[in-house]
Amino acid sequence: MLNITNLHSSIEGKKILKGIDLKVNAGEIHAIMGPNGSGKSTLASVLAGKAEYEVTEGEAFLDGKNLLEMAPEERAREGLFLAFQYPVEIPGVSNINFLKTALTEIRAHRGLPELTSKEFLKLLKDKQELVELKSSLVNRSLNEGFSGGEKKRNEILQLAMLDPKLAILDETDSGLDIDALRIVASGVNKLRTENNAFVIITHYQRLLDYIIPDFVHILYDGRIIKSGTKELALELEEKGYDWITQHETGTV
Amino acid sequence: MSKDQELLEELANSEYEYGFSTNIDTEILPPGLNEDTVRFISAKKNEPAWLLEYRLKALKHFLTMETPDWQNFNFPDLNFQDISYYAAPKKKALASLDEVDPELLETFAKLGISLDEQKMLSGVAVDVVFDSVSVGTSFKGKLAEIGVIFCSFGEAVQNHPELVKKYLGTVVPATDNLFAALNAAVFSDGSFAYIPKGVRCPMELSTYFRINAMNSGQFERTLLIADEGSYVSYLEGCTAPRRDENQLHAAVVELIAMDDAEIKYSTVQNWYPGDKDGKGGVYNFVTKRAIAKGRNSKISWTQVETGSAITWKYPSVILKGDNSSGEFYSVALTRNRQIADTGTKMIHLGKNTKSRIISKGISAGHSHNSYRGLVSIHSGAVNSRNFTQCDSLLIGDKCGAHTFPYIEGKNSSSIVEHEATTSKIAEDQIFYLNQRGIDNEKAVALIVSGYAREVLNKLPMEFAVEAQKLLAISLDGSVG
Repeated sequence: MLNITNLHSSIEGKKILKGIDLKVNAGEIHAIMGPNGSGKSTLASVLAGKAEYEVTEGEAFLDGKNLLEMAPEERAREGLFLAFQYPVEIPGVSNINFLKTALTEIRAHRGLPELTSKEFLKLLKDKQELVELKSSLVNRSLNEGFSGGEKKRNEILQLAMLDPKLAILDETDSGLDIDALRIVASGVNKLRTENNAFVIITHYQRLLDYIIPDFVHILYDGRIIKSGTKELALELEEKGYDWITQHETGTV
Repeated sequence: MSKDQELLEELANSEYEYGFSTNIDTEILPPGLNEDTVRFISAKKNEPAWLLEYRLKALKHFLTMETPDWQNFNFPDLNFQDISYYAAPKKKALASLDEVDPELLETFAKLGISLDEQKMLSGVAVDVVFDSVSVGTSFKGKLAEIGVIFCSFGEAVQNHPELVKKYLGTVVPATDNLFAALNAAVFSDGSFAYIPKGVRCPMELSTYFRINAMNSGQFERTLLIADEGSYVSYLEGCTAPRRDENQLHAAVVELIAMDDAEIKYSTVQNWYPGDKDGKGGVYNFVTKRAIAKGRNSKISWTQVETGSAITWKYPSVILKGDNSSGEFYSVALTRNRQIADTGTKMIHLGKNTKSRIISKGISAGHSHNSYRGLVSIHSGAVNSRNFTQCDSLLIGDKCGAHTFPYIEGKNSSSIVEHEATTSKIAEDQIFYLNQRGIDNEKAVALIVSGYAREVLNKLPMEFAVEAQKLLAISLDGSVG
């Protein structure tokens, strides 16, 4: 589904990604771990098409389509979803109006008609239960005045509504208490099918207690230096990032 | 002649009955402004002597006045002697829509304006305006049944001179300012409405008249009187861009609300803003003022200003009656080289008077957008209150937002609150919406409509939808 080869990217002339190779198949969950500044969030931003990041080398394909040639909204319509680490607030735009607009755009791209209000509200209600988000929050302005946990759950609600092929969760666990973490994780587990895939970017292992990844990759200094299964995450948790950095220095 | 054709002919002729275009294409006064000009206009309109006197007095005063210097822009080079004051410059009718600027047509299409209306607005000769004439006439009949007078200003002078005489110039005196004086001297036509005691006007006035009202000229005069316990909602303008050969527009609007009466006045202004460098745009220098004269009376101004090269106006409320209230809701959007210097004055005279000001400025391109407001609490206005919220949204880094709030408090029992914010559309917000499949254009539209929501909500439903579209279209290409 997602096929990244030798991806290099820099921001304001500073190299961040230095050759990423990653292959994600439908039905899989991949976790990407790494210390601060290793390039985890950059990878997410580059895939989503954030303008500040320049891709200097390499390729990224989603279901055979060249992501790097598409505008951010086209990538989204093709089925790439990014759950933001810091969801932005948009005053005066109701969550519900925003969701309807986004869903209509994405459905149109898939050749589907706009949902009637009734259908839309029914869908929203179902998905809302999935992430245990209070109804009052969908009528409020988008993310405005939401708590950290509410913002993250709202990201998962959008994920559930937009039904992407590939979802990238960028440190969705950061700043979440244990209950919110459980809700977010259970949402993801329920949304998981054999036709979609998840890339979970996280600093800590704890989210992976709830969402069991098929693969774990360790990102360090702009490269994936180690890949494995969920045991790798546990080992990392136990030994700390120093183990990796020493390991890395050792192999050079 | 076929029956259809007869009908068309009849309709075409019936338009003249309403005085919208009587003879004006044959008589054009040469440029220049003096007593003769005013006498000529008054005579053409067959006006009573007192009205001629009124005009002449205004002219006399006008000629003594200096151009103002307090505004936040350079006063354009205007020579009042270069303007023709009784000119209905015969617009060259275009043969078909093919001859109209395609950009303009695109905008019409986006706004969902009917073909006939498109032709009217862009100056194409139209065979028939069947809908608007017939609908207009039948509504006039309905209004007459309940005693509502709604007609052109000229008709009101002929048919209801006592009302015009009683109220004309009582809210905006001819001596008020340069442009009010000019208007009082040479006003062409405009609208008049009188809502009798206890009548709730069952329809939004002017919605169905927007085509007909188009040619009322550059010195428009509007007078609206809501008698005791009555209610009226009045809509002015239209979202379609209006091209006009007259560069200076100096209208005067006066609203009068008696005891327990309420007037809601909504404006969407989209005059031609000029080209990218601001050349050729309309100067929209308007004086709008209302008096909440009676106890418990209520005035509400809502405006969406997107057009004109320069917009300069302050729809205001004199809160004279005890417990009266005034509201001002405004969205002013400027782009390219446009300038807006707009806001309101709330003059609190009566006891327990309340006012509320919500102003949302949006500046893009190289434009400048100023909010200028006065809240004046007089000594008799005990327990009066004002709340002002004044927000500015900047798009890009070449535009300007300015705020000039004036507050005068002359008694200690009153409360005045002022809140102000300035923000930018963040790239992050646009990217966030992009990432959910929404393109830049729609993203900006969404953000701006969210920003302006409080004001748009005050517009009548249909108008609100159009205004929202208008904001989106006006910002097309301003971002990203």
